[in-house]
Amino acid sequence: MFNKTVKELSLGLSQGEFSSVELTQHYLDRIKAKDGEINSFITVTEERALNEAKVADKVRADGNAQPWTGIPFAHKDIFCTEGVLTTCGSRMLENFISPYDATVVTKMKQAGSVCLGKTNMDEFAMGSSNETSYFGKVINPWSDKEQLVPGGSSGGSAAAVAAGLTPIATATDTGGSIRQPASLCGLTGLKPTYGRVSRYGMIAFASSLDQAGPMARTAEDAAMMLNVMAGHDEKDSTSIVKDVPDYTANLNNSIDGLRIGLPKEFFNEHLSSELQKVLQDSIKQLESQGATFKEISLPHSHLSVPAYYVIAPAECSANLSRFDGVRYGHRCEDPKDLMDLYQRSRTEGFGEEVKRRILIGAYALSAGYYDAYYNKAQQIRRLIKNDFVSAFEDIDVILSPTSPSPAFGFDAKGDDPVQMYLEDIFTISTNLAGLPAMSLPAGLINELPIGMQLIGNYFDESKLLNVAHRFQTATDWHTLAPKNI
Amino acid sequence: MQWETVIGLEIHVQLATKSKIFSGSSTQFGAEPNSQASLVDLAMPGTLPVPNEEAFRKAIMFGLAIDADINKRSVFDRKNYFYPDSPKGYQTTQLDHPIVGAGNVEIQLSNGSKKVIRIHHAHLEEDAGKSLHEDYHGMTGIDLNRAGTPLIEIVSEPDMSNSEEAVAFAKKMHSIVSSVGIGDGEMSQGSMRFDVNISIRPKGEEKLGTRTETKNLNSFRFMEKAIALEVERQIDILEDGGTIAQETRLYDGEKDISRSMRSKEEANDYRYFPCPDLLPVIIDEEYIDSIRADMPELPDARAARFVEQYALSDYDAALLAADANTAAFFEKCTKISGDAKLSANWVAGELSARLNSDEISIKQCPIEADLLGKLVLRIKDGTVSSSGAKKVFEILWKQESSDVDAIIDQQGLKQVSDTGALEAIVDEVLAGMADQITQYQEADDKKRKKLMGGFMGPLMKASKGQGNPKLFNQILAKKLNK
Repeated sequence: MFNKTVKELSLGLSQGEFSSVELTQHYLDRIKAKDGEINSFITVTEERALNEAKVADKVRADGNAQPWTGIPFAHKDIFCTEGVLTTCGSRMLENFISPYDATVVTKMKQAGSVCLGKTNMDEFAMGSSNETSYFGKVINPWSDKEQLVPGGSSGGSAAAVAAGLTPIATATDTGGSIRQPASLCGLTGLKPTYGRVSRYGMIAFASSLDQAGPMARTAEDAAMMLNVMAGHDEKDSTSIVKDVPDYTANLNNSIDGLRIGLPKEFFNEHLSSELQKVLQDSIKQLESQGATFKEISLPHSHLSVPAYYVIAPAECSANLSRFDGVRYGHRCEDPKDLMDLYQRSRTEGFGEEVKRRILIGAYALSAGYYDAYYNKAQQIRRLIKNDFVSAFEDIDVILSPTSPSPAFGFDAKGDDPVQMYLEDIFTISTNLAGLPAMSLPAGLINELPIGMQLIGNYFDESKLLNVAHRFQTATDWHTLAPKNI
Repeated sequence: MQWETVIGLEIHVQLATKSKIFSGSSTQFGAEPNSQASLVDLAMPGTLPVPNEEAFRKAIMFGLAIDADINKRSVFDRKNYFYPDSPKGYQTTQLDHPIVGAGNVEIQLSNGSKKVIRIHHAHLEEDAGKSLHEDYHGMTGIDLNRAGTPLIEIVSEPDMSNSEEAVAFAKKMHSIVSSVGIGDGEMSQGSMRFDVNISIRPKGEEKLGTRTETKNLNSFRFMEKAIALEVERQIDILEDGGTIAQETRLYDGEKDISRSMRSKEEANDYRYFPCPDLLPVIIDEEYIDSIRADMPELPDARAARFVEQYALSDYDAALLAADANTAAFFEKCTKISGDAKLSANWVAGELSARLNSDEISIKQCPIEADLLGKLVLRIKDGTVSSSGAKKVFEILWKQESSDVDAIIDQQGLKQVSDTGALEAIVDEVLAGMADQITQYQEADDKKRKKLMGGFMGPLMKASKGQGNPKLFNQILAKKLNK
């Protein structure tokens, strides 16, 4: 049952093959059995989940079921959930019980779904390997001889879905945090257009880049979840007032004549030959369905990582100021004065990577450096956006790698944070431009899954999902599961 | 050496909106601590600001009132600093793209001259909460009810050269704020707060001296005293060969002293940057026009109307027109009394003095405008003398009665205007004042006027204060000048 998609489970529930309580118990049992090793959950809300499942079964019995009624899923622990521990992977929020629900949480509740718990993540979503979590590293279920990272920052969500501990999970993406773990865990992950999904209640890392989306097994499941998550929210003034289409409606549309761009800057000599081959095979597959390919140029893409590592830390340096030990969160023992309270609470509460980014951000914004760093990075951001805007004049979708390599070992990137930052070299530019993008399984390298990235024009999530679904109809990469689960 | 003072003001005005600038919490003053602090005000993780349109409306109204440019695109910035009453660790404010651009206001000085003070800009921002240091035994209490209250900060150019000008400017801004209705102007509750930038330079020197900023002056009287104190302090330092430190100073009005709060070296680097949670606010001409169409009467226009409509002097008109509530009170009073000049004297005189001494605003005035109008009517028609009216006023003020005619009757304040009866009193009094009469009759015209007063006292006494002084005067003049 655990390898079924949401679509299949929804059908099973509606045909009475199993109840939501049975389904929920099945996943809770699996979490109990398997997650000790994987560590993909920070909190499992067993009692709540079973209660929600009971309610869902009642709703179904009353004939009021919707597609999501009774479907179990998990939230990344970045979403505030009323009455439930919400840690954001940090010691700072080790004991923080949120007094309210994020908009995404409310929407999933209203859809009738069953939340199994909260998934592990890099601390405050800062990381690409899930090694920065205060609650311990997450193990990629595809690990065989050597323990491998699941990617990050939504590594807990990705590992939980890949291990069949939940059929689907919410995730967030600031520079690749949905797509890179999806690539490394053999999943389908979608980062929507900036403003498509409300950020209210999603603990902010970099406000102008953060966007929530689904971590799923298939494009169809991702479309189903996006149907629930998307929409304008008056509590988030950066969310866009725009109708939400039914993202499942056009999944089967023909892609005959679809124009796909291949950015020459991404298909360069640094790309491994194995990844080249995976992507070439995928291109051939889509060509066989009538898609046409052409080389495009994103001339400023080489500047995306440096620009990102100014803008994201700058925003986070202010966003994380509220964690001061005064109103909630970690407070040091016996502060001797106000400065001591601030310094020790924050020193103890934040991990190394978070502190590094706060410092980088504060530096980039400080008097005398603002123009050279923050302003310059914003200029680059506009250039990157313009690159995409001109590219989309003649193409419909962009295809590229998601991550440079499949899952790697812990500590593989050594002590140099820049090596880790380069994990997101293909994903960051879409966050800077605010474009929708997804990663879907495209092959195996050394028996490990690797994804390809599809980037769409603003609010073209439907088209991305359509291409991905057509690809998944013709291939079975997305159906592969790790051996040991 | 002759010194010249240069003064600029920064004024924080709380906008009278029902809810806060970025959350739905109430802005009501005086509620239980933290009862008006929502998730957003508490800066709970994941919460986001949503701008309050009414705050923009009010800021634009202010801009129109000072004839300023309204910026079609304004941007909120984060000003980063740690303090417990700033829950997000930054203040959301406007740095480079404020809603209100440059404007002008005209002030009137006591010598009758006028001066234009330039406004550099006015921007929207959120107020901080309050730290309560008393009653917590070595700890600090935090009340976030005020956190997120919308403010506009008005920044003037350094166009004032003494405390009179600074106070006149401050009063003018207070008058505009209350007339336009964007703030309640209750300075004692911190609804309007003044920071004064002061520097001095040798007379004739172009270059500005080092300035200090004196913060949070919440009355005009304290502002005047604080400026005098600071100018004196700076002159003393410079004349002793010292240098002025650029610093922020705190004035203690009760003790009339000031002390340094922080120096420039200690000043924070606020690391301003555009707030990514708030999109730039775009306003079109149509929106501004709709606000312009709804603008209430401004003090200057009202003063001009008072001169025109009620034939008041420029001075009286400006005095009464400055505050919208006072102006409305005066107009109501005049409507009943039918005498604008006399009403103006009472509103600007007796009433204002009493409000000042009791430290209450005209909105809290225990006497209704209609009632004062009735009293003024009774002065006008001769029923009661001015001095008798003051006694009536006193009873009205204490709210012991609200029937003017009944008070006049009960207190025996009704003037005797019967010429025959008054003549008898005059004759009787003059009979005992032969010396004074001789003295009067030997004096020249100028002296006579003065001596006349010497008869009025005994006459009023003999009439138990009820004689109509005007008639007494006429009868007296007739008899003495025989």
